[in-house]
Amino acid sequence: MISCLEIEKPILELEDKVGELISSSLDRDADLTSGILLLREKLDLLKEHFFLNLSPIEKVQMARHPQRPYPADYISLLFSDFLELHGDRRYADDRAVFGGFALFDQQPVMLIATRKGRDLASNMACNFGCAHPEGYRKAWRLMRLADKVGAPIITLVDTPGAYPGIGAEERHIGEAIACNLRDMFRLSVPVISVITGEGGSGGALGISVANRLLIMANAYYSVITPEGCAAILWRNNEAVPKAAEALKLTSDDLKNLKVADEIVREPADGAHRDYQKAAELLGEALLRHLQDLRKMSAEQLRQDRYEKFRNLGLFLE
Amino acid sequence: MSSPNNTTANNQQVKSDIPAGLWLNCKSCSELLYQSSLEENLQVCPSCGFHFSLTAAQRIKMLVDPDSFQEIDPSLHSCDPLNFSGDGSYAEKLLSSKQKTNLQEAVVCGSATLNRIPYALAAMDFRFMGASMGSAVGEKITRMLEMAVQRSLPALIVTASGGARMQEGILSLMQMAKTSAAVMRHDEAGLPLIIILTNPTTGGVTASFASLGDIILAEPKALIGFAGPRVIKQTTQADLPEGFQSAEFLLEHGFIDRIVERKKLRRELGLLLHYLGGGRAI
Ligand SMILES: [Zn+2]
Repeated sequence: MISCLEIEKPILELEDKVGELISSSLDRDADLTSGILLLREKLDLLKEHFFLNLSPIEKVQMARHPQRPYPADYISLLFSDFLELHGDRRYADDRAVFGGFALFDQQPVMLIATRKGRDLASNMACNFGCAHPEGYRKAWRLMRLADKVGAPIITLVDTPGAYPGIGAEERHIGEAIACNLRDMFRLSVPVISVITGEGGSGGALGISVANRLLIMANAYYSVITPEGCAAILWRNNEAVPKAAEALKLTSDDLKNLKVADEIVREPADGAHRDYQKAAELLGEALLRHLQDLRKMSAEQLRQDRYEKFRNLGLFLE
Repeated sequence: MSSPNNTTANNQQVKSDIPAGLWLNCKSCSELLYQSSLEENLQVCPSCGFHFSLTAAQRIKMLVDPDSFQEIDPSLHSCDPLNFSGDGSYAEKLLSSKQKTNLQEAVVCGSATLNRIPYALAAMDFRFMGASMGSAVGEKITRMLEMAVQRSLPALIVTASGGARMQEGILSLMQMAKTSAAVMRHDEAGLPLIIILTNPTTGGVTASFASLGDIILAEPKALIGFAGPRVIKQTTQADLPEGFQSAEFLLEHGFIDRIVERKKLRRELGLLLHYLGGGRAI
């Protein structure tokens, strides 16, 4: 049983109808081709319309879709010989963030990614994708290693945010994120980050100080969740859709605000209905940006990354 | 020849924007206090030692040689990039904050001397929308650090902030990276950064420049953390430890160099600037 969102039901219902018609035409040996074709056309239109008209909060729901491909899925589809490297060498191995070397286009890269888990047991094991300080410190350890050996860094991000917990504060999660924000500007290798699902505030930014930031079409990236924002500014839960709208957190918004460099298209059905196609589209974009960045010198890469962030923000004087 | 012990202005009066002659209750111990005695005591409760918030102007006056402060970017201010409207519009909130504080933004930046040692500084003012960091605050902090690099100055940031300014959405988040990049360049220029954490310093400011000082000082009992205590309690459903996220708790957990009472801050900053400058005479 595929779990589906309320908003997806019309599509799934129509798909069921097409399926029924095909099987009954086989059963009765009757020619229902024209009917099937008509329904298929209707289905394609419905899908196109569906993704064009998603409201910001519906996009957030798509980004959180339980069937959505996670970074680990993209890694197995796009990279080979992934060799995971564990631990921050200080306290623990945070399972919400993982990383290691892999081959992409036959060349070594360092992968850093977040992990939510697919079922309750794995959700719990990786804390629903909410990293502790150790996750950010592990990420930095691996990025520094990549820098040393000249391997480009690719980070795949899908996290609700850094973990707001007692241990996280005791071990200074703010400092762990801050150090990554500062030190990622020192890196002399290409850095590409992709928001594949949820880009949860500082928790996402802490591994996304990149030369190129890509965002999947149905992903979001925000300073605060719409739920958090609604609770603080509206003081009620019903304002969540309004908050999602006001925060300008969709892929289109992020491109307009020059935070994202490219929106990575998703299959017509959404990434969760076709992992293979979603991975192909992402892989194509990654390869193109990586080829661009490989042409730059170490100093150019540092300067490029600095300028990208130096220019973000709108103010008056 | 400057001496780090030259702290004659240590107990200078700090003017408040509350009219003189007013009585008020201490927020911590409820003791009835005379406003002028609070001023004489640098806005610290004489009875329980509670440190009241200082405005940026009060803070700067407390930490620089008289008339040495030269402000930069005084007119840089926020626009409303997302046309944000929540419970009241962002534009209205900005306007009322400006009227209330007589400031253009939540941070005041510039250069000054202390004991004739020059340094660059920024002081956040919590009255201005909880000194949350939007594009303008991020830009001002960044420019202050760039000015420090250009003039080879050590830098000081006195923090107080509720975190990122969510009315600027993702652009406020990006200020965390922008300011941290500026800290990186200041660091690579071989220059020291001092942070003074004051009550409260949380969220995106904690997860960027406030945690990146070579020296991190804090005022007593200041609340310092990434996530707010209410969110942590809600998420974990656990009882928070005694003194959780207080300056004292963070000292115990290895995050802070020193907790410094306000009345000793000027002297200690002077000493630090002296040490960090290699004891050079200016
Ligand atoms: Zn008191």
